[in-house]
Formats: sequence, C-alpha cells, structure tokens
Amino acid sequence: MRIFGASQKASTAADGVPLVDLEHVCFRYGNEEVLHGVHLQIRRGDFLGIIGPNGAGKTTLVRIMLGLARSQCGHVRLFGSDVRDFRDWQRIGYVPQKAVAFDARFPASVSEVVISGRAGRVGLGRRFTAADQKASLEALETVGMAEFRDRLIGRLSTGQQQRVFIARALANHPDLLVLDEPTVGVDLEAQEQFYGLLRRLNRDMGTALVLVSHDVAVIAKEVTQIACLNRTLAFHGTPHEAIASGAVARMYRADSLIVTHTH
Amino acid sequence: MPEILSYGFMQRALLAGVMIGTIAPLIGVFIVLRRLSLIADTLAHVALAGIAAGLLLKTYPVAGALAAAVVGAVGIERLRVSGRLFGEAALAIFLSGGLAVAVVLISLARGFNVDLFAYLFGAITVVQPRDLWVILGLGLVVLAHVVVFYKELFAITFDEEGARVQGVPVDALNLLLTTLVAVTVVVTMRIVGILLTSALIVIPAITALRLARSFRSTLVIAVACSLAAVVAGTVAAFYLDLAAGGTIVLTALALFGIASVAGGRWPRRARPTS
Repeated sequence: MRIFGASQKASTAADGVPLVDLEHVCFRYGNEEVLHGVHLQIRRGDFLGIIGPNGAGKTTLVRIMLGLARSQCGHVRLFGSDVRDFRDWQRIGYVPQKAVAFDARFPASVSEVVISGRAGRVGLGRRFTAADQKASLEALETVGMAEFRDRLIGRLSTGQQQRVFIARALANHPDLLVLDEPTVGVDLEAQEQFYGLLRRLNRDMGTALVLVSHDVAVIAKEVTQIACLNRTLAFHGTPHEAIASGAVARMYRADSLIVTHTH
Repeated sequence: MPEILSYGFMQRALLAGVMIGTIAPLIGVFIVLRRLSLIADTLAHVALAGIAAGLLLKTYPVAGALAAAVVGAVGIERLRVSGRLFGEAALAIFLSGGLAVAVVLISLARGFNVDLFAYLFGAITVVQPRDLWVILGLGLVVLAHVVVFYKELFAITFDEEGARVQGVPVDALNLLLTTLVAVTVVVTMRIVGILLTSALIVIPAITALRLARSFRSTLVIAVACSLAAVVAGTVAAFYLDLAAGGTIVLTALALFGIASVAGGRWPRRARPTS
C-alpha cells in the first residue's frame, strides 16, 4: 500500500528517536496555568490515548505537538528535531474535531478535500500531479470511502465525514496520526467501524496514533498506552496499569464507569 | 458585426467587463466561504478615499484607489490576526474611516463633480484606453495568483488550521488573499461603481454555492453567472440607455433568484447515505 517516500524515509530514520518528545512542557493562558511540567514520548507503533477531564489541557497538548501552539518552557522535539526547526510536517497527520473543522455547506467534493491534505507536501504554487491523485484515491480506499469520492462532503453522514478527514491525513502517509475527539457526534455503529480502521492503521501499517478522548471505556479497550492528563501528567503507562493504579478513577471520580471495563 | 461592437467605447467596455466579470466572482467565492463577504464593501469605501485624494491632487484617481485599498487590506488583516477586536469590528472601523476621509477630501475639493459620480455609480461605457490597460493588467495579476495558489487557497479556505498543520504558510496566504480582494475591488468599481462593487463580487459566488457539486464547479458557475450579468447589463445599457452598473447587479440578483428556486430541488442538507 505505502509506495511513496514517507514510509521508506521513516524506516531509514534511527528507530530509537521518538516521533514526539515532550520535555517539561508548560503552557499558560493569561493567569491560568493550562499545562505544567509534562513529559511524554511517542514512539513508532505506539497507540497512545490521552484522557482527562474538561479543561485538563488535552487540546493544548495536541496543539503543541502539531506546532500550532508553543510550549513556554522545556523542549518539544518532533522526529528528533526541535519544533522550531521542524519542516517535515507531512509526517504528522491531523484529524480535527469534526464540529470545528468545516461548515457542512462548504462546496467541496470528497476527493477535493482528501487531496488538499497534500497541499503542504507538494510545495507552494505547484500543481497536484497524478501521484497526488493516486495517493488520495488509495487513502480513500483505505477508509472505505472511494465510491463516495464525487459526493459533496456536506452530504455525508458524520461518521463518513470523519473517515474522509482521516483519508485527508493518510494521503500524506504520515508516520504519526493525531486525532482530537474524533468520534464526537458519530453514531455507535460508525464508531465501531472507526476503531476497527484505527486498529488496522496501527497494527498493519505501523502508523503511530495519538487519540484524545473523553470516552475512557473506549480508550482503555483500544490503546496500548494511556496518558491521564490534568494540567500535569497524572499517569502514563498501559491501560491496565492505569486502571489498576486508580489514576483513571481519581481523575474522573467515577469508579463505577471504570469497574465495568477492568476485566 | 452587430452595431454594439462597431464602437470603440463598447469594445473597451465589453473587454473590461469580461476581465472584471471573471476575477470578481473568483475572489468572491473565497471571501464568502471565509465569512468575509463584507470585506469587499469595506475596501470599496477605503478606495473611495483614495479616489477623492486622486481627484483633489489631480492625479490618476485609480492609482489613489489602489494604494488606499491595498493599505486598507493590510491594515484589516493585521487587526484581524491580532485578535484584539471583536468579530467584524475591524471592518466597521475601516469602512466608516474610509468614508469619513473621502467625505472630508471631497469637501476640500469643493463638492461632487462628474468624475466622482462615475466612480460611485460606475461608468463602463466611458472606459478610456488607459483604464482598459489598467483593468486588464491588474485583472491578469489577480487571475495568475488564483491559478498559481489555487490549492493553497482551497486548503486555507476549507480548513485553515489543517492547512497550518501541514506547513502551508497560512498567514502569508491570508495577506495575499486580502490584497487580491483590494485589487479586485479597485478594478470592479470601474464598471459597477463603488457602491455596487461588493455585489458583483459576492452575488455570483452565493449563486454558485446553490448549485455546485464541487469546489471547482463552484468557481466555474460563479464566473459564468457573473459574465452573463456583465454582458447582459452592458448590452442593456447600450440599447435601452439604462445605468450599466445597476443593470448588471440586477441581472446577477435575478440569476441568484433562479438558482435559489432550482437549487431548492436538490436539498443541500446533510443526507446520510449508508
């Protein structure tokens, strides 16, 4: 499947270098401390779930990883280089919260949306080529949306739109895919399909995933690593350890929710 | 050859009209989708200050309009990005500020004259050879930028943050787009007048939004509607002795009405398909 440069480039990179290396990251918004002393590493093949209550700084942390916000102390390294010098942005795919991403009346076809994911890679002022078309179509096939490629994006169901956004990110063959609350507003059946797709990406294609969610039950079932965030990192380990240590329960004070998923 | 084409002034009017009718809706689609529809109107009022200054100083008023509109565009974009003002307040400041400066300059020049009326209400049939070259030159500049940066402009219009994550230079492109709006406004005001400039930029774009099946088709339909309105308006002005600017905008509005009725048959609401 992954024919183009990105995956080869990735495999030749030193395997020991974390894709994301956050060291003592902090962020203040006015007088409010949003993040404090966060250390976090994401490595090849990881599937990291970030959970935490509202206002815990999850979105800010994601924005720092994506270069959309600057940590006010410590170090942020992406693929081994300092975030300020990092230029290889196509190695990181981003799937935004659907609600903030676009207006359903926007007149774009599915294929136009997906190929726009390669705008940064192709370079300023250059046209898309047949290779870009091919990569976009493959991404649509991966998410099972190829037959919808000529539809208007606004005419699809929320779950289908979410798969198109994933295809837009996959069109670049990213080594790391960051998803911010991707299943908000997506019905249960579509969610099931959605997590199946994430499993395939992670296990079969080796894409590292970062999934921000408030849905602890789902996170605990799907991810290999869990980070409990509440301004600072309260816990980082496997989901089993997180639940056993009580970190998840303390964070949410909702033991009953957790107990049903520990076995 | 039909009578209308045998006159030099009508040939110039139609040539200018085709160029303007092409670039105005192209820019219009981007600004409508970015919820900046009012920016065209704002920059038209800022351009009026430049025209008044040009008339007062007895220089070429279009040069004054271009300078004022571009400076206004950069100022608006800076204010917008700084996030210090609420919503569209930046536009309100520049719109009223531009108009106020224009009114003061006009009073210094001892009131309105025929030239000023031509800029306020448009005068496609008095496009001079020099105007034609300016319109074609500036029009080509706008057209070339839209063609060259098409994929970037789509990316920042569809999802600005997503484009930023990919390393697309969003801030520079926003400034480019706002500057292109300024140039388009200055070119467009020649035929429909300052007061109706934003109509020719915005109305064909929203007409196309009613019918489009993709982004590319939105642009094509918008340009087609706009060209139809410009040509119909210009021809009507010639044969029926109507004001060209008003006729062009009324034709564009009629097309919008037709599209709204026709578009209603294919509801644009999200319709789950599986």
